[in-house]
Amino acid sequence: MSSRETVLGRIRAALADVPADEDPDDVPVPRAYRRRHTEPGEDVVALFAERVADYRATVTRTDRAGLPAAIAAALTARAAVRLALPDGFPVELLPPGDWQWHPEPLDVPELDALDGAVTLAAAGIAVTGTVVLDTGPGQGRRALTLVPDYHLCVIRAGQIADDVPEALARLDPTLPLTFVSGPSATSDIELDRVEGVHGPRTLHVIIVDPTRPDPEPS
Amino acid sequence: MSDHRDRGVVWLGAPSFPDAARGALKDTQLRANLRRATATIRDKRLAVASELDDWEQLRDAGAAIKRRTSRHLDRYLVQLEASVTAAGGIVHWAADAAEANRIVTELVLATGEREVVKVKSMATQEIGLNEHLAEAGITAYETDLAELIVQLGDDRPSHILVPAIHRNRTEIRDLFAAEMRHWGRPAPEGLTDEPADLAEAARRHLRSRFLTAKVTVSGANFAVADTGTVVVVESEGNGRMCLTLPETLITVMGLEKVVPTWSDLEVFLQLLPRSSTGERMNPYTSTWTGTTDGDGPRTFHLVLLDNGRTDTLADPVGRQALACIRCSACLNVCPVFERTGGHAYGSVYPGPIGAVLTPQLVGVENAASLPFASTLCGACYDACPVKIDIPEVLVHLRAEVVESGTGGAEAPAMRAAAAVLDSPRLLGAAQKAAALGGRALARHGRIGRLPGPLRGWSDTRDTPVPPAESFRTWWRKNREGER
Ligand code: SF4
Repeated sequence: MSSRETVLGRIRAALADVPADEDPDDVPVPRAYRRRHTEPGEDVVALFAERVADYRATVTRTDRAGLPAAIAAALTARAAVRLALPDGFPVELLPPGDWQWHPEPLDVPELDALDGAVTLAAAGIAVTGTVVLDTGPGQGRRALTLVPDYHLCVIRAGQIADDVPEALARLDPTLPLTFVSGPSATSDIELDRVEGVHGPRTLHVIIVDPTRPDPEPS
Repeated sequence: MSDHRDRGVVWLGAPSFPDAARGALKDTQLRANLRRATATIRDKRLAVASELDDWEQLRDAGAAIKRRTSRHLDRYLVQLEASVTAAGGIVHWAADAAEANRIVTELVLATGEREVVKVKSMATQEIGLNEHLAEAGITAYETDLAELIVQLGDDRPSHILVPAIHRNRTEIRDLFAAEMRHWGRPAPEGLTDEPADLAEAARRHLRSRFLTAKVTVSGANFAVADTGTVVVVESEGNGRMCLTLPETLITVMGLEKVVPTWSDLEVFLQLLPRSSTGERMNPYTSTWTGTTDGDGPRTFHLVLLDNGRTDTLADPVGRQALACIRCSACLNVCPVFERTGGHAYGSVYPGPIGAVLTPQLVGVENAASLPFASTLCGACYDACPVKIDIPEVLVHLRAEVVESGTGGAEAPAMRAAAAVLDSPRLLGAAQKAAALGGRALARHGRIGRLPGPLRGWSDTRDTPVPPAESFRTWWRKNREGER
């Protein structure tokens, strides 16, 4: 007998008390929890900004017209010059200036030599202050936002879900997803929080706010 | 088929709980570290859980999803196998530790590699995978900072969440300075004991290893039956490194980690970080479904581990322990754990959950003292995000120990508990009151009436709300002096 059959046989024997005609749906799952923890009319974008900043990430809010300048200001403050640029990142959003934009393909040693990566996001979660990457256009492979020490992430306000259930419903589980809530951190030494062990030690999130007059980047 | 003796849950050769606990109690450094750690995490957990006014409803949903899953575990595992396979993964079934170790070893050897990087995983600790790989000439490198500290120290984890909590910063500095050189890049000269410097040393030590590793072994926090998606929750980014850069990914997961649907994660991704580290969300959560062209490992193996879980499943009372999502909240509220630390439990699963899970995985006759390593104060049940009634399972297992005639009667075990605790009866009452007080706090901000033995006192006073979980400190100050 294969181990598969052994284990499945043990499970069926172990569940002798479960009626043979019981369906999973016969075991009720109460879903009385809230779909969201924001109140109607609450400023979800402001909440997202506050919660991301709570993790000691940097947060900037701007409109479409201000985005290139906001990117430039962030990179200047960081002295980041050599940057990974994922496929599908809208080049019209990039600021003019002496930045070196490195497009794919980039191997791991090349990524390791860069100052950072600039990406879009797939979704945000306001209540938890999370950005989610799904490797879609403008986000790059997972390694791109992992190996360099700095991640500058641009998210549209309209991408921010208020809470975890809504975000999961929007995401495609067949894509590799990375939920990022602040920079890499550890509390393993006497529970002192230290930002940065292996992932990017600095996370900067720029929120492009559609409530401002300019059109969203497409 | 193998009997219990062949089932590896490592370290069960360790002394029984009372003996181990007596040793731990003499270690004042350990006790001081633990007390501070558990109190800190407790307070953070209470704060973020009370942010969600539907916390109880989330717990009810979490418990129910796990109940549904366990009652139909065969169906969900078969579904998971099909969806992982459809997404390009390869599924293996391991009836016991020996088989899981053999499968992983063969998979690693087949790659031609002799080194693997590891994401922190209790399942692989449970089966003693690193030791087994070493016998086959394969070096396993732990990459979680705490696990690295444990590995460099040739030590054992003492806590689910913060495995090296029994070590202080100076010990860690000395360990890095002495041992890192034997495992790869040495610690820098003049390393200080500042946590930031120590983390930087770990970063450098592991970096080249991440960038060149070809094979990863990981655990899993969840695996979704309907989509085949596997989930790892972490903080440092070592998980992302291991899950993304190597060519081959081997994930070992206990059978019980499966959840039915993608949307069920909405419950657990709210419950787990808040219960575990006391954060709204942990820094990184990675999910993957099979393999993805041009991104991440080219080969993905999922090893489904039984190793005593089906025996646990066979007990309708005890099977609820399989709902555990390894958040460690029950450790941090347990008065016994706080005094003894994790090593005394003699298994990778310490604290209240260890006291119910380990005897079931290996058979109560092989861990007869563990069901007695508790005051039954109920704090663990109140803290558990999936509402495992640990006290109920403990009492149930105690009866089994007594019936089996292997573990001795309750009296000597309770004497052992007395050695562990200053005053178990009062402590238990106070702990229970603290847990109830914590709930009252969320609603009213004042504790009106204290339950049980404290009532006489609270009836005549408007009790100010103490920081809910440092209640025992408060109790000693305010009450014990009055006796
Ligand atoms: S038993 Fe409950 S509280 Fe303890 S680790 Fe498991 S899920 Fe967390």
